[in-house]
Amino acid sequence: MIELNPFIIFFAAIFTNNMIFSYFLGMCSFIGVSKEIPTSLGLGQAVTFVLTFTTILNYILYHSILVPLNLEYLRFIVFIISIAAFVQLLEMVVERYFPNLYYALGIFLPLITVNCAILGVSLFMVIREYTFLQSLGFGVGSGIGWTLAIVAMAGARQKIKRTKLPRGLEGPGITLIITGLMALAFIGFSGIVQIQ
Amino acid sequence: MGTIFITTITVTTFTGLLALLLTLADRTIGNYGELQITINDDKEYIVEGGDSLLSSLISQQIFIPSACGGKGTCGYCKVKILEGGGPVLSTELPWLTGEEIEDNVRISCQCKVKEDMRIEIPEELFNVREYQVTIETIEDLTPRIKRLRLRFKDGEEIDFKPGQYVQLKAPIYEGNDEEVYRAYSIASPPSDKSYIDLIIGYVGGKATTYVHKFLSEGDTVDINGPYGDFQYQDTYDNDMVMVAVGTGFAPILSILYYMRDNDIRRKARFYFGARTPEDLFLLDEIEALEEELYDFQFIPTLSRVLDEHDWTGERGRVNVALDKHIKSPEDKEAYLCGSPGMIDTVIEVLKDKGILEESIYYDKF
Repeated sequence: MIELNPFIIFFAAIFTNNMIFSYFLGMCSFIGVSKEIPTSLGLGQAVTFVLTFTTILNYILYHSILVPLNLEYLRFIVFIISIAAFVQLLEMVVERYFPNLYYALGIFLPLITVNCAILGVSLFMVIREYTFLQSLGFGVGSGIGWTLAIVAMAGARQKIKRTKLPRGLEGPGITLIITGLMALAFIGFSGIVQIQ
Repeated sequence: MGTIFITTITVTTFTGLLALLLTLADRTIGNYGELQITINDDKEYIVEGGDSLLSSLISQQIFIPSACGGKGTCGYCKVKILEGGGPVLSTELPWLTGEEIEDNVRISCQCKVKEDMRIEIPEELFNVREYQVTIETIEDLTPRIKRLRLRFKDGEEIDFKPGQYVQLKAPIYEGNDEEVYRAYSIASPPSDKSYIDLIIGYVGGKATTYVHKFLSEGDTVDINGPYGDFQYQDTYDNDMVMVAVGTGFAPILSILYYMRDNDIRRKARFYFGARTPEDLFLLDEIEALEEELYDFQFIPTLSRVLDEHDWTGERGRVNVALDKHIKSPEDKEAYLCGSPGMIDTVIEVLKDKGILEESIYYDKF
């Protein structure tokens, strides 16, 4: 593992290793909630928010509990449970004490408990043996990258709404095709930096 | 062996701890205490805070129409929240018009009760109850339309206006993984409160598949109701024009029985649109009503008649027959029930004929 600057990882997670366009992770909410820019921006912020905290949480869980006990193989189930519980808890706290934040992004929290981009980031962090700061950069960057992707898609879909499509392609069909085209464009960035 | 043991213990402890943490959080952070909901500035209810407004109202036996069961995907459960609703959430926006937002209309399954609330709901919703009923008979009216008789338990009865509907719950069954509620108009006379009839056509949806493929006589189903402001109007005693297609027959039948039972002496014409003679049903009951009612005539009109059908009645869609039969628009009141397309066309025809828009009542489904 080459010692990469956390900032490089941060930018790489946005552009060259985008969760959506490079790994196709978190597609369910990406397709479901990318109909309008404001909503998708809200969801994107929620994903970034959750990614930041779950990456930190799972880093600590993995390195201070699972590794010392030789239980690394349990990381899948432990990460899933900790993400689900954390999002639940976060929703309650935000709803109670930060009403404005709740109205902006809290209502999206239940949607992203099972977003696989969030589990993906935690797992990549382990596979790629990131340090704490690198993990943090990767987590925040992935969130912003995911937001970028869904907002771009919402922008495209707002325009598409007014065009005539073959019936079978409406909704998820055309969205997947556009995602593919956008992914092709993002491949252009992919040679710039290697983070794995 | 050791690995299995350690794995089980670790996962159990971990989930157990988190469950404990969440329960504690729910008791402390998620506990909003007892809150008060004031409805129509008249009735006050004390509810446990933290739940959605829809489920809080259900816990007080107040049923707001909702087809999706509180998942925010149907947009039916609208109520006016005058105080305590917080800002409109983006999960509500798809279902609200700008006018409704100005008017404080909200989607009640998305709003949580976090402070005392003041809301407004139509008064007749207080009359809505949830019932478990038994399917007494299932009758095939046509190959695709069935009539179900739902019998209430002893001691229970329903008080509805002719034209209103109930919601039937389709439970989870093989091929359907979620509970859904669908609305069906009542087709029986309001004078007998111990049962209701529903006329349900097969369209391949979750509820109609349940009714047509899974239900049999003797089964129990859950319904709630009655709902709807498509009702018989007794303000004037002018002539009635009734128009229906398909299962839109149901509320009109209920209205006709109501007129029979209360000896209402109004002239009534019922235009019923279908494709072929095989699509007509309950003709014997309608004939009996023609005998019993003061001045009632059933005018079926068929759009796909073939020579072999030997049909002497009206041909074409209902709007053609209406155009032909309605001579004077004075003192006429219209009741329409059917698909949105049919209703929009018929409203245009009736307005052209000079019938006032406020005298046209309709139920689109």
